[in-house]
Amino acid sequence: MTSDMTLARHLSDRLGFGPRPGDLNAIAGMGPEAWIEQQLHPQSLMLPNDLTTRLKEMEALSMSPLQTLRAFGPPAERAINAKDNPEKKKELREQARFIPSQGVEAKLLRGVFSPRQLEEVLADFWFNHFNVYAAKGLDSLWTTSYDESAIRPHVLGRFRDLLGATARHPAMLFYLDNWENTAPGSEGARGNFTGLNENYARELMELHTLGVDGGYSQADVITLARILTGWGFGNRNGETNEDTARGRRRVEGRLSALMDVRRTGGFIFSSDRHDFSKKVFLGHAINGRGEVEGDEALDILASHPSTARHISFKLAQYFLADTPDTRVVETMAETFRSSNGDIRAVLKTLFTHPAFLAPSAFGTKFKTPLRYTISAVRASGVPMRNFRPLFGVLAQLGEAPYGCLTPDGYKCTEDAWLNADAMTRRITFAIALAGGRLPLNMEPTDNSVSMKKPERVADRTARQETANAPAGGSVVDPDALIETLGQQLSDNTRAAIAAARPELRASMILGSPEFMRC
Amino acid sequence: MTNVNMKRRDMLALGLGAGLLLPLGRSAWAATGGSHKKLIVVFLRGAVDGMNVVVPYAEAAYYNARPTIAVPPPGRAQGVIDLDGHFGLHPALAALKPMWQERSLAFVHAAGSPDETRSHFDAQDYMESGTPGRKSTADGWMNRLLAQLPGPRSATSALSFGPTLPRIMAGPVNVANIPLGRSAGAQIPLDRPIINAAFDQLYAGDDSLSRAYKEGIESHKKVMSDLQTEMVEADNGAPSAQGFSQDTEHLAKMVAQNPAIDLAFFALGGWDTHVNQGAGEGQLAQKLQPLGEGLASLVKGLGPAYRDTVILVVSEFGRTFHENGNRGTDHGHGNVMWVMGGPVAGGKVYGTWPGLVGNELHEGRDLPVTTDFRSVVSTVLAGHMGLSLGQIDTVMPGAPGVSNNVSSIIST
Repeated sequence: MTSDMTLARHLSDRLGFGPRPGDLNAIAGMGPEAWIEQQLHPQSLMLPNDLTTRLKEMEALSMSPLQTLRAFGPPAERAINAKDNPEKKKELREQARFIPSQGVEAKLLRGVFSPRQLEEVLADFWFNHFNVYAAKGLDSLWTTSYDESAIRPHVLGRFRDLLGATARHPAMLFYLDNWENTAPGSEGARGNFTGLNENYARELMELHTLGVDGGYSQADVITLARILTGWGFGNRNGETNEDTARGRRRVEGRLSALMDVRRTGGFIFSSDRHDFSKKVFLGHAINGRGEVEGDEALDILASHPSTARHISFKLAQYFLADTPDTRVVETMAETFRSSNGDIRAVLKTLFTHPAFLAPSAFGTKFKTPLRYTISAVRASGVPMRNFRPLFGVLAQLGEAPYGCLTPDGYKCTEDAWLNADAMTRRITFAIALAGGRLPLNMEPTDNSVSMKKPERVADRTARQETANAPAGGSVVDPDALIETLGQQLSDNTRAAIAAARPELRASMILGSPEFMRC
Repeated sequence: MTNVNMKRRDMLALGLGAGLLLPLGRSAWAATGGSHKKLIVVFLRGAVDGMNVVVPYAEAAYYNARPTIAVPPPGRAQGVIDLDGHFGLHPALAALKPMWQERSLAFVHAAGSPDETRSHFDAQDYMESGTPGRKSTADGWMNRLLAQLPGPRSATSALSFGPTLPRIMAGPVNVANIPLGRSAGAQIPLDRPIINAAFDQLYAGDDSLSRAYKEGIESHKKVMSDLQTEMVEADNGAPSAQGFSQDTEHLAKMVAQNPAIDLAFFALGGWDTHVNQGAGEGQLAQKLQPLGEGLASLVKGLGPAYRDTVILVVSEFGRTFHENGNRGTDHGHGNVMWVMGGPVAGGKVYGTWPGLVGNELHEGRDLPVTTDFRSVVSTVLAGHMGLSLGQIDTVMPGAPGVSNNVSSIIST
């Protein structure tokens, strides 16, 4: 075991979802610095053909919020007179399940097969940072678009762009209710849109930017909510209030709404529900100018020193340690400030920091369920055409993709994920994977999963894992697996594996303490 | 004393009338001669709107503040269930009415955390650590409580339902977490001796993973044996419960088999009703109904063990008194706590009701907190779990202690 291979394993585990067969030699061969650079600039890395082909088949990945709304949302429900036809409505709902399912499938397939591994772990990190929940109403139609168009294009870009993309995406506007946030007494205030809604404004500061101790007050929450009044996607039909107003304004409003929609992917600013008064936000005077006030507020938040610290801390916690060294965080925050929130630059500061490259940091993070399951499939080198078993295991372990109800997203720390039940379930999965019991390579008859009831898939996977049929030995060669992982096992694990029956060995490697960590 | 006996009789009569699931297992309740005192905590994550759970229907201010989401007074369509002439219970919680009538259900209104944060995550953290305002506390108060309970302790002395271990149960003492839904108690490959022996060797150490592994094996065995019993026959082909009801049913079965269970915890999400929360029916009602039914089935399933059980239902903070601009409510402050169980002096809304007019509201917008949640917990720890003042101070350091307005909530 050379130290080159140890470092290669560390990089592969942290900047990605762990090695596939041959990966560690490739990293060691090109040198760690060059490999880190390549991961920071992933455009040059080609995706495998199989993956590209499958991604192209997934039409949901390129459907805009407006398209999915019209095809499966309230407009489609009205077209089939869903109110009087509950069965047709149910049918429509079931048809629409492919949308979030394909988003999850793409996420899992890319995690396993994409050579752009850093991009994949960052897509997971940023999705959780700006979490939305696919089982909440219209977000079943929009979460895939959110992941594809608001999160993924910006994972290595500027934080301000990422923040702006999430702020304007209908999935976020719906999830944290800002689409209904309305200036009380404004011209457009009626029906469900009669007053302020603080939900998004609060989480925007607490979770997305400043952090809970970042220095804001309840008054700032209310001011930010007022600034963001009118930020939405129109009503549930994708129309603005202007659409339903009388006279010439109606025509103009509709035209501008349609143009807006084409330009912005579903975002609409309803000026008739906006609070145009002068405001003071975090000490900055904001003139009542409409939509741009929101952009001003996002500028203030993105360039705030508390945001630099909060984002740096979260990245360091995800990539380095559950309780990261404050000096490392401060160095990253300095890069964040001096680079105007260039995520790539902040990550480079981290990945080249001596604390990140020190052997004492290796193997110290307890893998999240997503990291654990994807790394196991990668290391095994088994083919995967069916994502449902992985989804099922993730649901069992409490980390179903797109399934976090609360806006703080899934955690990445050991105290969140290590518990008694998690260990027996991970081992059950390792045994099933190594024994070939999971139908990973079987084209499923139904390629969709229910976001509302992930436990259905979880239960099915549990039955597959524990089926009484003879295990049929191992489909994974333990010696090849050890080679793939760079030989990095403790003496105790080696001895236990050597003493065990051959058909158990691969499952023991995947279920070993060393493989639970990264 | 007579009062307590009366209550028990009433309760049994009630249960039998409704097709009670009697524990018939080999270690059935009667044979054990009683058991440990039990505390079950249900956390409603996301801040349930307590004002619409226990509704001050006698106050006009309530209806003025909530033009579209107020729950109507008793007697009207979708109206509240009258509790005491002033407060009424949300109609979706009708399953709890028998417990109120037989006086094993009480509420503490305007209760909550002294910390004023409106962050869900900080507020939950404080309510689970038991140290509002202090983030550095490493463990949860139910774990500290477990450490104070008389032994012997088993792998399933404390149970948490769900795939992750919540903050409230975190700490040095082992807590079993039980999978939700059907897979609880199902066989796994690790049950086979050869596989088990192989993995035991991998996790023979004393590191955190090995400890978790060993706890996992032990609690899995215990749960399997507790759930696979004659109770299955007692179900008599009844349709299996779903969601929370299924999990409370599992807990009840486990308690029936294993009287040594002391503590249990559930968390239910989805209470953050910023938009369209509804009134007598609607979004909140749809969440409350399965909660009420799950609690009722838990009471029923516990059978005689209910006599030694207190169930606390808590949530991190209340919601704004006035409905917001979207027929919902935003983050507020004071809330209502629910206290159920045989030892509870129920049929009463406890606490100090501050009123709802003008500066009676916290920051002019929220129900204030007039009872610290820790006072309610402390009262339960003292009166029900039998903890000394010193022990209570270990579980709830720096808490205000038992306060007068809730001190009689446990009948002694």
